[in-house]
Amino acid sequence: MHEINQKVIDEIREKARRLRREVIQMVGRAGSGHPGGALSAADIVACLYFWEMNYDPQRPDWPERDRFVLSKGHVAPLLYAVLAETGFFPQEMLETLRQFGSPLQGHPDMRRLPGVEASTGSLGQGIGWAVGMALAARLDRRNSRIYVLLGDGEIEEGMVWEAVMAAKHYKLDNLVAFVDNNGLQIDGPLADVMSIEPIADKFRAFGWETREIDGHDTGVILSTLNEARQAKGRPFAIIARTTKGKGCSFMENQVEWHGKAPSPEQIEQALREFDCV
Amino acid sequence: MVQVATRDAYGQALKELGREYQDVVVLDADLSKSTKTIDFAKAFPERFFDMGIAEQNMMAVAAGLAASNKVVFASTFAIFATGRAFEQIRNSVAYARLNVKICATHAGITVGEDGSSHQSIEDMALMRVIPYMKVIVPADGTSTARAVRAIYHEPGPCYLRLGRSQVPVIYGNDLNFELGKAIKLREGKDVGILACGIMVQESLEAATMLAEMGIEAAVLDVHTIKPLDREAILEVARRTGCLVTAEEHTVLGGLGGAVSELITSECPVPVVKVGIRDEFGQSGSPRELLEAYGLTAAEIARAAQISMSKKP
Repeated sequence: MHEINQKVIDEIREKARRLRREVIQMVGRAGSGHPGGALSAADIVACLYFWEMNYDPQRPDWPERDRFVLSKGHVAPLLYAVLAETGFFPQEMLETLRQFGSPLQGHPDMRRLPGVEASTGSLGQGIGWAVGMALAARLDRRNSRIYVLLGDGEIEEGMVWEAVMAAKHYKLDNLVAFVDNNGLQIDGPLADVMSIEPIADKFRAFGWETREIDGHDTGVILSTLNEARQAKGRPFAIIARTTKGKGCSFMENQVEWHGKAPSPEQIEQALREFDCV
Repeated sequence: MVQVATRDAYGQALKELGREYQDVVVLDADLSKSTKTIDFAKAFPERFFDMGIAEQNMMAVAAGLAASNKVVFASTFAIFATGRAFEQIRNSVAYARLNVKICATHAGITVGEDGSSHQSIEDMALMRVIPYMKVIVPADGTSTARAVRAIYHEPGPCYLRLGRSQVPVIYGNDLNFELGKAIKLREGKDVGILACGIMVQESLEAATMLAEMGIEAAVLDVHTIKPLDREAILEVARRTGCLVTAEEHTVLGGLGGAVSELITSECPVPVVKVGIRDEFGQSGSPRELLEAYGLTAAEIARAAQISMSKKP
């Protein structure tokens, strides 16, 4: 299951491409949502769901499962896309994103949708949930691993560092955190709004085993996850340098595409670009 | 008179609960010796996690544990639990309807000498307005122990408000405690006194004072602020025609607020609220502060007469 070769890499990249397609169509149809940060995280999420994690879409409550917490909850469309793709619920439900009464709420709601491990959206809290889940797994002597995805703007929240501190204190080596370091937040680049660099140094200073990688290099993501699984006695942080809006030329590195829905023409162009990869 | 601090009763009850149920996990924020979660911590160290001075993370960690099928008791002082970590409680615990029991001690001004920064006068109001959150304010040690058990068995988020000081034991071991069911401690036809926490004992004393003046006051221990025992309160309202509420809390939004909301829509009668009058606390001994802020039997008795005078 954890072999890395070109065939595996190609398959995961194909999945990531499909996720990007779903995200753009979903957000476009809904008329609102967060495409930029979903596209920057698609390669990471594809690696987690199509290679790394142990789970069963038919048994979302299976106690031994690995858990993924989307702490940057606003990229819910990406989570919904991968949960549909893996069979937690029918693909057609993606058409109902953000509609009144839909289980696909604007931000993930664990009570409404199977496969959603944490109700997130308010930044900084998901990683706290992940710490709690990691503690529970250890208490129960379960092999479950906990994966949490944070935004780089998100780590401006002080609460994140409380969780980071706690994870190291409790030696949670069943916990892996990704930081989607796309460099942009809503009011502008992080460097202008509230500089947070150097990110990796901060995680190291807090006692985490830390790596900095290209967040779009599938092979490197996989080999880093292999390393993470070997971690003993401390949690593992992967600072992934990414491009916000990755894969879509008019969205890449653009602040404005944090939380905006593409027009029908823009959706078409994006899909064409994804299909050309 | 036997006196027991509600936080001491909590510590003991939590330890007994932990002995009986393996899914109980306890969190604290560096105040374990004060909140008395230390009793559980010593007995079951593998199920106790100190989160340090990091209350917001504590609540999110509680959510993660509860999402993993634990029943989580998270403790710190009321001001920090409900103030600092309000949004985590709201978004991670309540919105997800998780089995997290926020048991906060040192509520109210009887925290005493530490002063205003540590005296929560607004925690009941804050918790009450969160959907799915149950709010319980036990009056003595006996009912606290019962409440701990009751909230373990009650699915979903709960807020248990406890104090610092020793308070008189009101109930014997034959107490029949039910969440959401107010306890009628005294019958009376002239005025109804609805109280919670330490003000229950003060209300009983006020009723004695009133009786000497020929006024018969009913006294209700409204330990569950949410969900409110609507029937019991409306029954007293109809019988007496005027009410007093009493709480160690601001007059805004707590028991007084909850009762007023009910009464204005269902049975409009005068409601005079005894509580802190929208001001911050300060340093002092608990007894000094209670006197200074009007949280006394005498004040309740006065309020009762005012309420009666407002009857049309």
